[in-house]
This record gives sequence, C-alpha cells and structure tokens, in this order.
Amino acid sequence: MDIIVCIKHVPETAEAEIKIDRSGKAIEKTGLVFDINEWDDYVLEEAVRIKEKFGGTVTAITVNTEEANRTLRKCLARGADKAIRLTDTKFENSDGYAIAKILHSVIKDLSFDLVLTGVLASDDGYTMVGSILAELLGISHSTMVKKIEFGDGVARVNRELEGGLEEIVEVKLPAVLTIQTGINEPRYVSIMGIRKAMKKEIKVLSLADTGLSANEVGEAGSWLKIDELFIPPVEKQAEFFSGTPERIATKIAELLKSRGLI
Amino acid sequence: MREIFVLAEHRQGQIRDITFEMLTKGAELTEKTNTCLTAILLGKDAKKHAETLSTYAENVLLIEDERLENFNSEIYQKILSQLINKKKPLLTFIGHTSYGVDLAPSLATKLNLPLATDCIDLTFNGETLGVTRQMYGGKVNVKATIRKSESYIITVRQATFTAQKPTMNGEIIEIASPLSEEIPKTRFIKYLLPSSGDIDITAADIIVSIGRGIKDVSNKPIIEELAKTLGGVLACSRPIVDKGWLSSDRQVGTSGKTVKPKLYLALGISGAFQHILGMKNSDIIIAINKDPNAPIFNFANYGVVEDLFKVVPFIKEKIIELKSVRTQS
Ligand SMILES: Cc1cc2nc3c(=O)[nH]c(=O)nc-3n(C[C@H](O)[C@H](O)[C@H](O)COP(=O)(O)OP(=O)(O)OC[C@H]3O[C@@H](n4cnc5c(N)ncnc54)[C@H](O)[C@@H]3O)c2cc1C
Ligand SMILES: Nc1ncnc2c1ncn2[C@@H]1O[C@H](COP(=O)(O)O)[C@@H](O)[C@H]1O
Repeated sequence: MDIIVCIKHVPETAEAEIKIDRSGKAIEKTGLVFDINEWDDYVLEEAVRIKEKFGGTVTAITVNTEEANRTLRKCLARGADKAIRLTDTKFENSDGYAIAKILHSVIKDLSFDLVLTGVLASDDGYTMVGSILAELLGISHSTMVKKIEFGDGVARVNRELEGGLEEIVEVKLPAVLTIQTGINEPRYVSIMGIRKAMKKEIKVLSLADTGLSANEVGEAGSWLKIDELFIPPVEKQAEFFSGTPERIATKIAELLKSRGLI
Repeated sequence: MREIFVLAEHRQGQIRDITFEMLTKGAELTEKTNTCLTAILLGKDAKKHAETLSTYAENVLLIEDERLENFNSEIYQKILSQLINKKKPLLTFIGHTSYGVDLAPSLATKLNLPLATDCIDLTFNGETLGVTRQMYGGKVNVKATIRKSESYIITVRQATFTAQKPTMNGEIIEIASPLSEEIPKTRFIKYLLPSSGDIDITAADIIVSIGRGIKDVSNKPIIEELAKTLGGVLACSRPIVDKGWLSSDRQVGTSGKTVKPKLYLALGISGAFQHILGMKNSDIIIAINKDPNAPIFNFANYGVVEDLFKVVPFIKEKIIELKSVRTQS
C-alpha cells in the first residue's frame, strides 16, 4: 500500500504567550517552538503502521520553508520513505484551499492507494485541506477517522461523530482520509531511525514545478484574506485568586464551604 | 427573491441544535440582505422535521429518498451542488460538525465557490462577506474577508449563535429526489454507540478535570486523591483520553460528554471550545492554569494563575481541615 501523508510544521502555542505582530495579520513567531501538527503525528504513525502490516511506501509532503525540514526529518526517522517540501515565496498567505491546490499539484502525479491528512492544523484550524484535496484528485474521502480497516478495494473507517458516537463508513480506494487524534499511539524516534533519516533526501519543489500560476496560490488563490488578528474579547472574566499557593488553597476551600460544597 | 440556505442537520430521528442556531442567524441576515430563508432538509420520512423547520424558515425544501436515511457526504454533495447551482443562494450555512466538515470543503471545491469554515461571526458589507474565526486553539481571533463571489458557503461553530423561539409559518416545498441508480463510492454501514464506563460523570455534583497540563500519567494519583477528598469524580480533556490515561467515558467536550456539575475544577486545561462546550454550564467553574492568557479564564468563575502542582496539595489539605471543623462543631 502506497501512502501519502500531508504534514504541517506548526508553532506550539498551548502554553506560549502569543503576541500579534506589527502587520496585525500574523502572530510573532520568534521564540515559539515549532513541531509537527498534533493531528499529523497520528497521521504519520497510522501510515507507518499500515506500511508495516501490508508493505508499500510512505511519502511525507509539506508546504513550508526550509524551517520545516526538521519535521520532515522526524517523519523520515519514524518510518517515512520519502519527503517532499514545496516552497516558494508566492505560497505565502495561502489558506487551506490554496494549500490543497499546491499539495494536489504534486500528489496527482504520484502513485498511491491512500492519502492521509490530519483533521485540522492547530494553527489555522481550517479543517478543510483533506477533503478539498480529495475533490481535486477526484477520489473519495472520509473525515475524522478513528479506525481504519481494509477490505476488497475499500477502506472501512470509524468516523467520530459528536458525544462519543461513531459511525462506520466504507469508502472506495484510493481515498483521502483525515485522521483524528487518539487513533493510535505515536512512537518515539529511535536513534537508528535518526541515523537512517540523515541519509535520505528531501525533495524540494517550487511554484514552477507545480504547474500552477502565481494567482492560483498565496492570497490571490485563496478563499480567505486575513484582515486582522486580535485577542478574543473577554465575555466573562474570572475572579482571580492570588497569593501563595497555600493562601490560594485556603480561599478556594472557603469558597467551596460557603457554597455548601464541602 | 434571493435566498439564504441553511442545511438542516439531523441524526437518528432528531434535528440537531446547530440547525436552529443557523436558522436564527440566517433569519437575522435575511433582513439586512433582502433575501429569504430556506431550510434544506434531506432525509427519509422527514415530513415531521419539515414541519418543525417551517416554523423557523420561509421555505423548507424537502427531498426524501431511502438513501437519505443517514448522512452521506457524497450523496449530500450531489444534491446540494444541483440545488446551489440552480438557485444561486447568496449564502449557504452548514454546521461545523462531523457532518459539515465531511461535506462543505469538497462541495465548495466542486462548485468553485469560496468557503469559510468554523465561523463564529459573519457580516455582509454590501456584497462582500466578512467572517470571524479562531486560530491557535482559541487564543487568537481573526477577521477575514471571503473572496468575492455571487454565492458563499460557510460552516458555523456549534453553540455560537443562540437559537430563538420559532416565529415563522413557512412553506414546505417537496422536490423529487434527483438521485440516480449509480452506486456511491462512500457507504454508511452503522452507528457505534459510546461504551458506558464504570462511572457516569454526567451525574456527578463535583468534577475534578485534568488536561495536558498534568504532564505525565504518574501525576494522576495526586489529582485522584483530591477528587476523592472533595467527594467528586475525575474527568478530563481529550488529550488525556488520546494518551490512554483515562477511558473515553471520562472525556468532557463535543466529542465526549456534556456535564453540568455544581463544581467543575479544571486543572491544566487550556479551554479549547470543544472542551468548553461540554462544561460551560457548570454552576461554578474554577480553573488552575499557569498561562494567564489561557482561554479557559474567559469561561471560569474563578481563576488561579499558578503551577497546579503547587496548589493542589494545599487544596486537599485545606479541605480536610475545613471538613474536620465541620464534624467537630
Ligand atoms: C473534532 C474535534 C473534537 C474535539 N473534541 C474534544 C472534546 O470533546 N474534549 C476536549 O477536551 N477536547 C476536544 N478536542 C480537542 C481540543 O481542540 C483541544 O485540543 C483540547 O481540548 C486541548 O486539551 P488540553 O486543554 O488538555 O491541552 P492543551 O491545550 O495542551 O492545554 C494544556 C494547558 O495546561 C497548562 N499547563 C501546563 N502545565 C501546567 C501546570 N504545571 N500547571 C497549570 N497549568 C499547566 C497550559 O498552560 C495549557 O493551557 C477536539 C478537537 C477536535 C478537532
Ligand atoms: N502547509 C501544509 N503542508 C502539508 N500539509 C498541510 C499543510 N496545511 C495543512 N495540511 C494538512 O491538512 C490537515 C488539515 O489542515 P487544515 O485544513 O489547514 O486545518 C493537516 O493536518 C495536514 O495534514
């Protein structure tokens, strides 16, 4: 089974302080730690597991600057066979639609049985790249996948619905599946893997290689144009307890007591 | 008159709340854009739903077919692309739900119409449509303009717009199913119900909930003890279940459970909206997080900006103290 995985290199922001930069249209990136998108960690693992079971290859693709080589190397170290990075200044300010077109331009010429993407990227959160890609490729898709099994020319997948409910859906192969967190347990990188990965080549392609024109990518080729970023307005600000941890604990305990909770 | 479409979402005989939320927002927009509101209902034996929807919209387009009993994005896409091509609505609303994210991006691509996903607000400025979305797990909002088009598609975040009481008396228009005999590439097989665990967190008065901030599974017992001291149960955010540290029946949020305890103590949880939707109606929410800008503080009644491991042992201690005072008196 030949599998293509779309991998995004994103800043980790859950614990970081976020500042909006001077353009007002992006966040200040300096000082942030970048890593593989949380969802794509599961994407890569799922692809490598399928390869280990059925044979075949895993190709990791990303649209990003050289910075993202670190994440691609990690993919190679964890079992991807090939890596492709698409990069061009014209790709800047691409939304999910433009990214999907760029990914499509290379994927369409590769041979594959399965394309895996994450459900969403933790930075932009578009939740769209996978199924746009499927439509551009003219193949079937399923999203929010929590389990994959293979039958005769089909994949049988568990899709996550709301409230803990799932549905089983059968899709014809080749297909694009978008992977939800928790589908597997991503492995750590082995030293052996890292050594092997250092020798593997990362293929770099630019706009000219995609066959797309400049106005099909970047802001011009996007559905969305970002006007401004802002910190969400506070609807209901919490009342903060401060002081030493012990003092804080006393206040919490007293509050709970006054509410009859202890 | 041009229309605003709202795709009705239903499952297992129930219209889902997002439908009424979109219809309410849609009705508000029709006044400003001189359009009328049309609910699109695809289903099998769905007349009852059509009647309900007619109290929220001027028109209900009803298409019934055996193959529409359960959601199928491929079949929905076929029907909706015909409808949208024919009627050219100013805007089509789809829920940003497990169904909507399966449908909207490929539908928009096929129709070559621009789409904005997971919107929390939208405004027309003349013919151009501006939307508000969130980025970075809810830490940043973004205002964006959709590429100008004669027809737009958006997906809307759940529980963002408040559904109002129905006021309309709309017309139900039945359309013959346009589906042909060809076999779809995607087939619904069946639902899988969530497994019931040892404890029903939705019945608990006190919930102590842990997130990725607890860092390691070895830290779980400290929190478990606190929960026990409080007479509450342990629940969690999604990453804790993804890592296998707690079973899925303990997960709070859109893909887990909705809880409404008297006390929800959130430890090391950032407050992504998928989590918030599952707990925001708790009587008292206390959040402990070392990041002063964590979105959870916008929903909590009380907040503590501190390392949870510094505070938790003291909370346990103080509660034991107060409890013993009570038993003495
Ligand atoms: C379709 C879909 C469905 C989803 N459904 C759900 C759902 O049902 N429930 C759910 O919870 N999520 C759900 N999610 C995931 C959600 O988007 C977030 O990724 C998740 O809620 C984040 O969990 P968290 O807050 O524990 O982790 P993070 O966002 O990583 O936050 C960890 C927090 O811990 C804090 N912290 C770290 N160390 C400490 C310390 N020592 N002391 C105090 N604080 C500390 C950090 O400052 C940070 O704020 C869903 C996502 C998708 C796409
Ligand atoms: N720049 C990118 N390069 C490679 N893959 C991407 C990129 N952006 C998004 N993806 C893929 O699309 C998924 C969903 O992203 P999104 O639709 O942007 O939320 C991610 O999990 C990745 O698999």
